[in-house]
Amino acid sequence: MNMGLFAKMRKSASLAMTALFISSVFLSGCGNSQTSQSSGSSTDSKSTIKVGVLHSLSGTMAISEVSVKDAEMMAIDEINAKGGVLGKKLEVVTEDGASDPAVFAEKAKKLLQQDKVATVFGCWTSASRKAVLPVFESNNGLLWYPVQYEGMESSPNIFYTGAAPNQQIVPAVDWLLKNKGKKFFLIGSDYVFPRTANKIIKAELNAEGGQVVGEEYTPMGHTDYSTIINKIKEEKPDVVFNTLNGDSNVAFFKQLKDAGITSKDLITCSVSIAEEEVRGIGAENMTGQLVSWNYYQTTNTPENKTFVANYKARYGQDRVTDDPIEAAYDAVYLWAAAVEKAGSTDVDKVKEAAKGLEFKAPEGTVKIEGENQHLWKTVRIGEVQADGSIKEIWSTPDPVRPDPYLKTYDWAKGLSN
Amino acid sequence: MDTYLLQIFNGISVSSIFMLAALGLAITFGLMKIINMAHGEFIMIGAYAAYVIQNIFSQYLPASIFDFYFFIAIPASFLAAGIFGWVLERLVICHLYGRALDSILATWGVSLILQQLARSIFGAPNVDVKSPDWLNGALLIHPGLQLPYKRLFIMLMVIICMTAIYYLMYRSNYGRKIRAVMQNRAMAASLGINTRKIDAYTFAFGSGLAGIAGCALTLLGSIGPTLGTNYIVDTFMVVVLGGVGSLWGTIAGGFLIGTGNTTLEFLTDATLGKVLIFTLVIIFLQWRPKGLFTINSRSLDE
Repeated sequence: MNMGLFAKMRKSASLAMTALFISSVFLSGCGNSQTSQSSGSSTDSKSTIKVGVLHSLSGTMAISEVSVKDAEMMAIDEINAKGGVLGKKLEVVTEDGASDPAVFAEKAKKLLQQDKVATVFGCWTSASRKAVLPVFESNNGLLWYPVQYEGMESSPNIFYTGAAPNQQIVPAVDWLLKNKGKKFFLIGSDYVFPRTANKIIKAELNAEGGQVVGEEYTPMGHTDYSTIINKIKEEKPDVVFNTLNGDSNVAFFKQLKDAGITSKDLITCSVSIAEEEVRGIGAENMTGQLVSWNYYQTTNTPENKTFVANYKARYGQDRVTDDPIEAAYDAVYLWAAAVEKAGSTDVDKVKEAAKGLEFKAPEGTVKIEGENQHLWKTVRIGEVQADGSIKEIWSTPDPVRPDPYLKTYDWAKGLSN
Repeated sequence: MDTYLLQIFNGISVSSIFMLAALGLAITFGLMKIINMAHGEFIMIGAYAAYVIQNIFSQYLPASIFDFYFFIAIPASFLAAGIFGWVLERLVICHLYGRALDSILATWGVSLILQQLARSIFGAPNVDVKSPDWLNGALLIHPGLQLPYKRLFIMLMVIICMTAIYYLMYRSNYGRKIRAVMQNRAMAASLGINTRKIDAYTFAFGSGLAGIAGCALTLLGSIGPTLGTNYIVDTFMVVVLGGVGSLWGTIAGGFLIGTGNTTLEFLTDATLGKVLIFTLVIIFLQWRPKGLFTINSRSLDE
């Protein structure tokens, strides 16, 4: 035992602080050290088309993104089983974004420049999408982004198959104002999506006679909501509009129930909780609470019955499908259809062919809006059931036109910059 | 009025969680001076042990005794984390005593391995541990002031753990040996104490305590591979603020950070509350670098 060094260790206070600092810097960059798996490396480029799949397979976002990747792989395999695209099989290059925007950007560059993939399916958080956006634009690549998001974006190199705010948040607020009350309490994780979403909600409430009685943000991974629940109790809102992401939701709903508050006392409406998340939260903790999406596992279409059955047969009966999973599945089919129509995988030709393209998706027919490369989608408000499924209680009669910048709403002027 | 009373309760509750998470660290870092970046992963191991016990109960045992699984889960968490701790000490840490920076890097690597291991075994999505029925609900003082049983139970666990540590460290022969080794290793060794054995058991004990904290955390939220990383910064802060090497310091540090954090969160918001409490801690450490409780020692290398 070296006593001199041991002595140095005793001045541990400052050392521990240094250690914490080092670790917090490195934790965010730890994805660099993770090995990424690239499945298949066939050299015969003539008989296959390379496509990239870029999701977080490790880190905090792996929770959500792994199942989305699974849906994309299923769609790709289904297409291959039917003979592929343009008579060529699809060859997948999988990369791990490791829940870190910087890694996402690096891997996107690798997929486009080194692997020369025809298109990429990927990303979940807005932070990762914002990080890869310049890479796709400067390399003229093509990204299919499968998750609902805060809008205010329309890159010529991205197709957005999740909901724009006017297909999820805006109609949900509208419905809640009419059916549940005027006093809103906003709670969200502290990053770009919840903050932008709440900016939109506040503008809408302001214009339509609602009132915000509280607005709280918690860091990602926050797990103690006793103080915020206390604040909610004090303000007595009609509705809690929840944009928390990830694990925080579990802590929030469990602790809400422990504080003696159920959906009978206080209604919450969440836009980042789907069937997959309900499973983690525990259905008993949020029975009767509301969510807003475009698709549920229970959505009643023939396409969905096949989709759910195939997904469960492939990945296990205990797995569930949800909105981002479905949107990711649609993305693969939409791209394949656009390539068939264009007769080429050339990005500009595919984009041109994709305009107005329709697909009979599990959620019903979706259509690509040529102007902003988002999808026409049906909005559905659902109620969480005791068995963890979500029952649709309201929907728009027809698919809603995507409006990422909310140009058709007077109150939204000035929000987009 | 109820709001403020409830807020005081929340403060004490959060303090108790910090204390429980930091008790193990008070031993491995406070007494043994090992900067173990994998401490959070022992919390995670304890939580998954509780999850496994829950599954065993719900699948193989009659439903009528399911509610008692938690009494098995607590020792199981302690044992699981303790065994991992013992193995880590024997394989890695025992080669790194006195090499602080190396042990930071090595244990941090171990923490990544353990996280990925949990992901491979239990899957990437978080899992939910169903709380026993008798812990659901709240103690109704009067409408508007309800104290959740789970939080009261966690406070009870902290008191039991602290009493156990106190007796082990200050009232038992084994504790005397630990303190002798930590204060003067060479002399303890020459008096016939097997220091390597003491090191391994002490580290395993500290890790086991982290496991108990993980078991308690299953009551509050879901558990996932990264559960522990959320607590690592807070727990190090608690130990450093309290004074490295002092168990009383850990209790005081946990109490100050817990109540300070919730009070500031109540007055501002969650993010700013955390920033303010850490700023205050840093300012305090500038003034008293050794924390609240310092241990006077005649050791020459102090």
